[in-house]
Amino acid sequence: MDLATLWFLIVGFFFIGYFVLDGFDFGVGMSLPFLGKDDTDRRQIINTIGPVWDLNETWLIVAGASLFAAFPYWYATLFSGFYLALLLILVALILRGVSFEYRHQGRSPEWSAAFDRMIVIGSAVPALLWGVAFANIVQGTPIDADGNFTGTLLTLLNPYGLLGGLTTLLLFFTHGVQFVALKTDGELRERARALASRAGIATIVVAAAFLTWTVLAHLDVAHAPLIAALAAGAAVALIGATLANRAGREGWAFGLSAATTLLAVATILAAMFPNVMPSTIDPAYSLTIENASSTEYTLQVMTWVAVFMIPLVLLYQGWTYWVFRKRVTRASIPVGAAH
Amino acid sequence: MLDWLDPLALARWQFGLTTLYHFLFVPLTIGMAFLVALLQTAWVRTAKLKYLHLTRLFGRIFLINFAMGVVTGIVQEFQFGMNWSDYSRFVGDVFGAPLAMEGLLAFFLEATFIGLWIFGWDKLPAKLHLASIWVVSISTMLSAYFILAANAFMQNPVGFTINEERGRAELTDIVAVLTNPVVLASFPHTIFASIMFAAVVVVAIAAYHLSRGQYDETMRTALRFGGVTNLVAFAGVALSGDQLSLVMVATQPMKMAAAEALYETAGPASFSIFSLGTPDGSSEVFSIRVPYLLSLLSTHTLTGEVEGINDLQAQYVEQFGPGDYTPIIWVTYWSFRWMIGLGSLAALISAVGLWLTRGGRTPAGWAWKVAIWAAPLPMIASLVGWIFTEMGRQPWLVFGLMKTEDGVSPNVTGLEVLISLVVFTVLYGALAVVEFRLIRRAAIEGPKEWEDHSDADDIDRSKLATVY
Repeated sequence: MDLATLWFLIVGFFFIGYFVLDGFDFGVGMSLPFLGKDDTDRRQIINTIGPVWDLNETWLIVAGASLFAAFPYWYATLFSGFYLALLLILVALILRGVSFEYRHQGRSPEWSAAFDRMIVIGSAVPALLWGVAFANIVQGTPIDADGNFTGTLLTLLNPYGLLGGLTTLLLFFTHGVQFVALKTDGELRERARALASRAGIATIVVAAAFLTWTVLAHLDVAHAPLIAALAAGAAVALIGATLANRAGREGWAFGLSAATTLLAVATILAAMFPNVMPSTIDPAYSLTIENASSTEYTLQVMTWVAVFMIPLVLLYQGWTYWVFRKRVTRASIPVGAAH
Repeated sequence: MLDWLDPLALARWQFGLTTLYHFLFVPLTIGMAFLVALLQTAWVRTAKLKYLHLTRLFGRIFLINFAMGVVTGIVQEFQFGMNWSDYSRFVGDVFGAPLAMEGLLAFFLEATFIGLWIFGWDKLPAKLHLASIWVVSISTMLSAYFILAANAFMQNPVGFTINEERGRAELTDIVAVLTNPVVLASFPHTIFASIMFAAVVVVAIAAYHLSRGQYDETMRTALRFGGVTNLVAFAGVALSGDQLSLVMVATQPMKMAAAEALYETAGPASFSIFSLGTPDGSSEVFSIRVPYLLSLLSTHTLTGEVEGINDLQAQYVEQFGPGDYTPIIWVTYWSFRWMIGLGSLAALISAVGLWLTRGGRTPAGWAWKVAIWAAPLPMIASLVGWIFTEMGRQPWLVFGLMKTEDGVSPNVTGLEVLISLVVFTVLYGALAVVEFRLIRRAAIEGPKEWEDHSDADDIDRSKLATVY
């Protein structure tokens, strides 16, 4: 395997990590109006991701920077092309991030309610738009001879793109609600489990439609069986997650919904391979792993960094999750404002 | 007249605005993480309660500030691709590597250990918890190194070759990129400036409480600690700044000439305290000068020759073809002076403050007010310093290789950039108000939550738990 292909996998790994991890943060954020009956509930929900949302979001920064380093042309075309969609994502991520921090600094219920709303919007918008963006990358976009995207925001809002967005929205929602069930106690935990079951059914229907469409659209490529296998794996994991949740196995349910996200993003990556941004104007204009990548030397340097750092990163991040492994109990939420 | 839908002008304004705004939070994060780590070390070592109070108080301010640094940082990374896609294509092979290293080596560490530190008070043993704030502090500095190395490439490109066929700069020597003489000087300069920034905030908060006669012992410690740290950091800023000037004269002589509004090559060269040029910026009308000082700063000799703007302009026309290679002189000239002036003033105020509070003395009321109002000085000095560095590089985006006008995204419309510029301006403005109020309130409250604790044995670590 050449280094450019290896870096396609590494960048893919960072995006998968981002969607698996920040994916449940989005779901936790979106679950506030459904699960939070009072302020203590809402604080309990937010505190399940309190120590980790920032490191989860950092996966996006690393994915973006790796894209820049390994595939500058992909980075340039994608980010300038999907301009307004990315602007919306950025605004949403800003609102969400500061709201976690500001919410508990206030003194009034109105203050908390305002930041709760921002957490919900700030979680739902990226959950939807990341799906729209990645579905469009796979489907192909109008890219001209200079590698520039010539469409608008509306170009992205086509049926397949919207179905992709709806899929990630529901998938992350269920994934997050599952996380709340895993990390809280009492009545809240029961409510989260019941909601995860109901949301799971809707997710299965939508995700199955999206995955089937993706598989059917790529039947003519050489590695079509791999795409189909990954999609089937995602579907099985998703059904397994819902069944495990019904059986009261919260750990399994969460693990399987993480596997669903992993396999669904892997399906997308396999479907675009060996392109990174196919052009709908002329296949000759498509950005590929080969023509969008950095030089051999840059990729070598980056490979050394990645080989040393990724295991270390996984180790200390895993340790963090272990330190905060306990459930956030209702009793642990103090009365009144916190510091 | 500014064309309101000119993508280049709008993209430049957006970059300037969002970068400066981001840099309101970055130095406070870098500096405060370091100071909090020092305070917590003192607490763990001495078990004196005042150090715990200060760790918690400044830790809280650090956290309010930290979230803004993170979220505005994502905008920075996205912006290269969104508004400057041709720049990204041209330099990505070189410029992307330090950015990716920053993410993998620094950001992950920072984000992980900040979570451990905030939420780990009751979950980690005291020493491990202390170690986590040190990891945060070191990783903030590490990330500064990588991003400054990337910036150094734009000021003084090294370790690359131009591939004519692909039309891009290609990396040939990563070590050269990471040991660019510019970053070796700009890194300590930035770190020390950041520590000054945080130290002056510590002094201001301590002065506020002392002026009201509250938390006397704790706040006196904070005041002296902040004052001493500020002076030490100022020495670091001055020394590294001197080194940075030497590098600048060697690599970007036009920037130094523009910083001085030195139109004609001179040796010995005098340093101008005040200068007025003709409106077209081609010559000088009036100035007040200190003889020999510019030669001394630029070459470390009394009579060394310093190249002037007019000679450099002629030289660049010959080298790069017709065009204007002069930055906007009044911007570079004044930003350079305000940077030095305000930074020095902050140090002077600390020195006077330390003198006035020596041996337990209490100064007059005006002294506290000065200390409080001096809080923004290093912040403004940092911002104008960046304005100087980046405006002084113009018209180049990457010095000698790519002009700013050639780096902008060709397919992004002026309207799109205008929308994002307006959105960021409004959003950032609103958040600045919230942010300032929260920091102000935390500062005014001080270590209030701790009044009922009288000695270290009283501390139950489970009570230290942070909950959102």
